[in-house]
Amino acid sequence: MMELELTLPVNSNRDHVQGPQKAPVTLLEYGDYECPYCRQANLIVGKAVQQLGNKMCFAFRNFPLTQIHPHAQHAAEAAECAGAQNKFWEMHDILYENQQALEDENLVEYAGVLELDMPRFQDDFYNHTFALRVREDFLSGIRSGVNGTPTFYINGMRYNDSWDQETLTKTLRDIINEIV
Amino acid sequence: MSTQAEQQKQTSNALQPGTTAPNFTLRTTPDKSVSLDQFKGNPVILLFYPADFSPVCGDEVSLYNEILPEFQRFNAEVIGISVDNIWCHIAFSKHKNLRFPLLSDFEPKGNVAQKYGVYRKNDGVTERALFLVDKDGVIRFSYVSPIGVNPGADGILKALESLPQSTEQKRDTRT
Repeated sequence: MMELELTLPVNSNRDHVQGPQKAPVTLLEYGDYECPYCRQANLIVGKAVQQLGNKMCFAFRNFPLTQIHPHAQHAAEAAECAGAQNKFWEMHDILYENQQALEDENLVEYAGVLELDMPRFQDDFYNHTFALRVREDFLSGIRSGVNGTPTFYINGMRYNDSWDQETLTKTLRDIINEIV
Repeated sequence: MSTQAEQQKQTSNALQPGTTAPNFTLRTTPDKSVSLDQFKGNPVILLFYPADFSPVCGDEVSLYNEILPEFQRFNAEVIGISVDNIWCHIAFSKHKNLRFPLLSDFEPKGNVAQKYGVYRKNDGVTERALFLVDKDGVIRFSYVSPIGVNPGADGILKALESLPQSTEQKRDTRT
């Protein structure tokens, strides 16, 4: 439990990533769409991505705490369903922006807003096509020492410092400056 | 410095792997008690935590609640223990939708935690500690976390996997 290394490395073939995978710094977040702290973190990470551009790669994995967040699992699956249609990040942002409305019918509505192929989305969503994928994310988090959400990994090591805007951006920038 | 030294000392007091786990009987509801020895034959995870409703404990029990299916693959039971009284446990359990029992080490206060070497006398609460007791009642893993740090579950999962004769391994050899 003191091993803070990511057991399943970030890989753009399986993970949802923003930015080049060969960027000097890769930030991975384990998050839950119904977690208020994750909602806050999403804004902070968004700003960091804006500021650091293609020097950083951001990846997101699901860590739904379903017993305290009854909508988190389906929300995560909805994001994956959108991901199957190359709209993961669009759905990701909509979910955080509408955290108070994550009922199944809301999730389907958001798919409509994103103009997804609706029969396909509904088929994937109601058949829980990506439930196992979400569980795989979750278990990879458990094995890597995720204790709650959000938990971040920077270049494969767990980040234990504060994730307020200033600290997080500075940490990422310092690593970039060290490497470049 | 002194607090760190004290913590080291307290850490070393926790019962170590190889020790027989002291049996106990504690209440979980007004009319129900749970004893360690009733689980003999299955591994048991003992989760000592300082207090119901404190933020880190909340995360910790939520996490364990969420991972229950993984523990069940090893037929392992999870038991939470703190010095809170049963009414507090009932409220906390309901609040977190917990699917494992919380036991009340309330009277004499911290008695079981003391037997396991994880009672913080000065604070009147238990350490944040994890024990894995194997099917024969022997401690196979023990860990005391800094009081404010959620210990996570990777350590306990690894310990479960390395149990010599886990039910799952037995099942594997049969097929």
